[in-house]
Amino acid sequence: MSSIRQIQDEIISEFALLADDREATLFYLMELGDKMPPLAGEYKTEDNLIKGCQSKVWLHADYKEGKVFFAADSNTDITRGLISLLVRILSGQTPDAIIDADLDFIEKIGMGQIIGSQRSNGFASMIKQMKMYALGYKTKVAMK
Amino acid sequence: MGEAVKATDNQLNTSAIREQFPVLEREVNGFPLAYFDNAATTQKPLSVINALTEYYSAYNANIHRGVHTLAEEATTAFEQTRAAVRRLVNAREAEEIIFTKGTSEGINLVAATYGKAFIGQGDEIIITGMEHHSNIVPWQMLAEEKGAVLKVIPINERGEISLDEFNSRLSGNTKMVAICLASNALGTVNPVKELITAAHDAGAVVLLDAAQALPHMEVDVQALDCDFLAASAHKMYGPTGVGILYGKRRLLEKMPPYQGGGEMIKEVTFARTTYNDIPFKFEAGTPNIADVIAFKPAIDFINTIGKENIARHEHALLQQATAGFQQIDSVQLVGTAKEKVSVLSFNITGMHPFDIGMMLDATGIAVRTGHHCTMPLMERFAIEGTVRASFAVYNTAEEVDRLIRSVERIAARVKK
Repeated sequence: MSSIRQIQDEIISEFALLADDREATLFYLMELGDKMPPLAGEYKTEDNLIKGCQSKVWLHADYKEGKVFFAADSNTDITRGLISLLVRILSGQTPDAIIDADLDFIEKIGMGQIIGSQRSNGFASMIKQMKMYALGYKTKVAMK
Repeated sequence: MGEAVKATDNQLNTSAIREQFPVLEREVNGFPLAYFDNAATTQKPLSVINALTEYYSAYNANIHRGVHTLAEEATTAFEQTRAAVRRLVNAREAEEIIFTKGTSEGINLVAATYGKAFIGQGDEIIITGMEHHSNIVPWQMLAEEKGAVLKVIPINERGEISLDEFNSRLSGNTKMVAICLASNALGTVNPVKELITAAHDAGAVVLLDAAQALPHMEVDVQALDCDFLAASAHKMYGPTGVGILYGKRRLLEKMPPYQGGGEMIKEVTFARTTYNDIPFKFEAGTPNIADVIAFKPAIDFINTIGKENIARHEHALLQQATAGFQQIDSVQLVGTAKEKVSVLSFNITGMHPFDIGMMLDATGIAVRTGHHCTMPLMERFAIEGTVRASFAVYNTAEEVDRLIRSVERIAARVKK
């Protein structure tokens, strides 16, 4: 398993090739979204919806052998692409690594500009929700 | 302006027109801006922008009741806009034109005053299935308060209403018919003349939401014989924050005031207040002086080019875009009425409108996506929303071609 840093660097170099072409960047994002493993229908519940997103985003988390695994989906393709990046980086990491993650890839791939202020609130909510899950699992383990 | 922008051989001199809109020179994401969000708000010509600066630089003053020179100049300019609006909609007198914040406020004003006085328990209000939320919610609020009934004329697959459906809902209980002259989400132009005649025969009054019609077509309130008409300045090259409400004098005079305050009174004592004459009775408080004044050059801009020339140009763009989209398999047009203003709503199979809108923005093309404040209409078509391209007088065939090419590229990626 690569570290959060390593995966972020991979993503940064992938997107660097598309830096000046916004249309190509969005096409690539949607392609990544298409490739993300689908979220089982049973997890597309009201409870798993992330609040604060313009689009619908469902996020499900699991805890196995000290690691947190995420699965997600969205009703819009670009958002699915965005959350697929977060899943790729954070899924399979330890709770501590997720809680401490400094997700600087967002700015470095120019995503802040692409998602705009309305979407960036939603994007921040996704990250917050993923960190909340990690914190929840960490607390649960500590109480055992 | 003048001759330079007028039609030659039925073709507008679009480059001369575009020179008057500074914002059209900008680039978005490395591409020249192609602005197709005109049904939401149009861009503003220099004459409008300059009028705002000039008012604040040269004669800013509160209007009416001022004896000093600046107040006199500001009042004259403000009332000149009212006169220009009167001519634009061919109202009988300038006193029948009330300035509001926008179309929504105009409709709310009628619901809150005419509705308060003349609509009661069991009375009926008729609207259509294609209304903007601002022509639904004020009537729902009134119906709830008064125990009145809201009836909705359904629309067909093409986005049209039929006279039969209207007539079957019309009765002696109908007190108000509130319909859009042109639909913001579909572009449909409604056969209002016939509806108005039928409504009057049944004893109802008619309010027209002309927000999407007034920028694109001739509207003559006397010929139509509508009782009220509401529209917004910012959708017709004017500033935001200004709307107009036309009402027939005999109705406006018997309606109670909307809001209390300065300007709308004749005399105030603690025992009793007498109200000012129309239109001032409905214009409480200091109005949006600067923007009302800057609305006049927008009307002048439209008049100089001519509504007929504007309509012909926009119609050609609508035809071009419609024909282009019809060549793309996965594109569905939403709203294919026979009579339309320059609004083209569409979807691409398997893609969310948000994504299409973002993809278009990536190459500098501005459109609107979503439910367009017509959620019941979206439900009628069983869709979440649409992508809406709406054309104005400054748009060009080259821009429309870019739109078609971009939609082709986006549609090509759709998952099989």
